[in-house]
Amino acid sequence: MSNILTSSIGKKLMMSLAGLFLVIFLIVHLAINLSLIIADTHEPFNKAAHFMGTNIVIKVMEIILFGGFLLHMFYGVFLQIQNWMARPKRYRKENYSQTSFFSKFMIHTAAIITVFLVIHLLDFYLKAKLFGEVPMAIYDGREYHDLGTLVINKFKIGSVVIFYIVCFMILAFHLLHGFQSAFQSLGLEHKKYTPVIRALGVIYTVFVTAGFMLIPVYIYFWM
Amino acid sequence: MDFTLKIWRQENASAKGRFETYKVTGISSDCSFLEMLDILNQQLIDKFEIPVCFDHDCREGICGACSLYINGRPHGPDSAVTACQLHMRKFKDGDTIIVEPWRARPFPVIKDLVVDRSSFDRIIEAGGYVSINTGGVPDANTIPIPRANAETAMDAAACIGCGACVAACKNASAMLFVAAKVSQFAMLPQGRVEAKERVMRMVAKMDELGFGNCTNTGACEAECPKQISLSHIARLNREYLSARVL
Ligand code: HEM
Ligand code: SF4
Ligand code: FES
Repeated sequence: MSNILTSSIGKKLMMSLAGLFLVIFLIVHLAINLSLIIADTHEPFNKAAHFMGTNIVIKVMEIILFGGFLLHMFYGVFLQIQNWMARPKRYRKENYSQTSFFSKFMIHTAAIITVFLVIHLLDFYLKAKLFGEVPMAIYDGREYHDLGTLVINKFKIGSVVIFYIVCFMILAFHLLHGFQSAFQSLGLEHKKYTPVIRALGVIYTVFVTAGFMLIPVYIYFWM
Repeated sequence: MDFTLKIWRQENASAKGRFETYKVTGISSDCSFLEMLDILNQQLIDKFEIPVCFDHDCREGICGACSLYINGRPHGPDSAVTACQLHMRKFKDGDTIIVEPWRARPFPVIKDLVVDRSSFDRIIEAGGYVSINTGGVPDANTIPIPRANAETAMDAAACIGCGACVAACKNASAMLFVAAKVSQFAMLPQGRVEAKERVMRMVAKMDELGFGNCTNTGACEAECPKQISLSHIARLNREYLSARVL
């Protein structure tokens, strides 16, 4: 008999848990980013980035985060390939049935998010970690990577700003289906609460992706 | 009413298959879709051609035999009805209508529009029954069942096993069917006894047969002639996860 890791419902369990973990991660990530445009100096942002880069608990969380991404991506692709194989001969007139609109494009939005992730990591995370091409700043006699300046320089380039905005829109599409789908996959469905979850999903998606979009736009025009 | 039909023709399971175009004229708007196909077939027989094969039995929407994918929708453009209960007045005079068989790896085409749906039987055999000895007929109300549970079980039991959910789903997933068959037992005390075994076996069989994974798109619910709700899929997920994990 199949087991929890390979059965269809088990795969969705893994995907939904990893997906919801990523949903929480985005809030933390956004909060730190916002400190860059809210505060007068880069100090809070750089200190937060330093904390995120050195604290042992965060280090462990970082591994879990990468694991979460990989798990979500692995199962997503695995499941999608099986789903394509389940209909070897396609219809002449493709499905006209009414569906959750963005559910049709999960794998496509996912592919774009993956490309974005690679570029994004190269832009900031790996630059700070590996290449050391980062200016330094000194607070209270201690040296910090001035990641704030790195970010601001990056978002002074118009094409980069547009690229980020487009990617966040794609992420929004992914989440508009994904957020509520995760609850259904976990079997969490209820006459009264499911509409609340759906509404929360839309509110979350709009606020979080708009928040992420605001940062490059704000930096480009006003910093 | 006049129609142009583009119908999938395939001699047998291993033949390649192709679309053929036919014209039917003077069809009454009160004609059912299957009756319209009967008229077409009579025309073909009169011309010594081979009639179009399609599945049907009750022709009153209760057996689940009819299985036509009409203009991109299982059972055609009407909602909450089977193809046999679909009437030609739902189309416009002069329409071109594309008729295809259900498409899914576990539902291979046998001939023309007829597919082999015995995969569903394999899933039922895996656990869609009660095998405990429930004794003779008990007095009414000796087993108290909340009315809401009885209603939910009855809603699930309305599934006629037609396979429209699989046909509609972009993933060719059988989750709505399996959810209905698991739910009708899960809501009743006689079904609870074997609930864990049942859900694990039926899901394992569904996966083994090559149906796709559910991604909660909702096409099944939109096309199901018996309006089986997605909430049954949530129950199936709960039943499966609690049987596996707890
Ligand atoms: C921050 C980034 C991401 C978040 C917050 C996120 C979140 C989610 C959530 C909550 C779901 C619904 C899961 C379910 O119903 O069980 C989902 C589905 C999906 N995700 Fe992501 N995801 C992200 C990135 C990615 C990436 C990088 C991939 C790359 C392969 C991906 C691939 C998929 C696929 C294919 C689905 C469809 C499966 C389904 O509809 O159930 N996701 N995502
Ligand atoms: S769930 Fe609905 S669409 Fe699927 S087999 Fe049952 S009656 Fe047909
Ligand atoms: S022929 Fe029985 S449901 Fe259509």
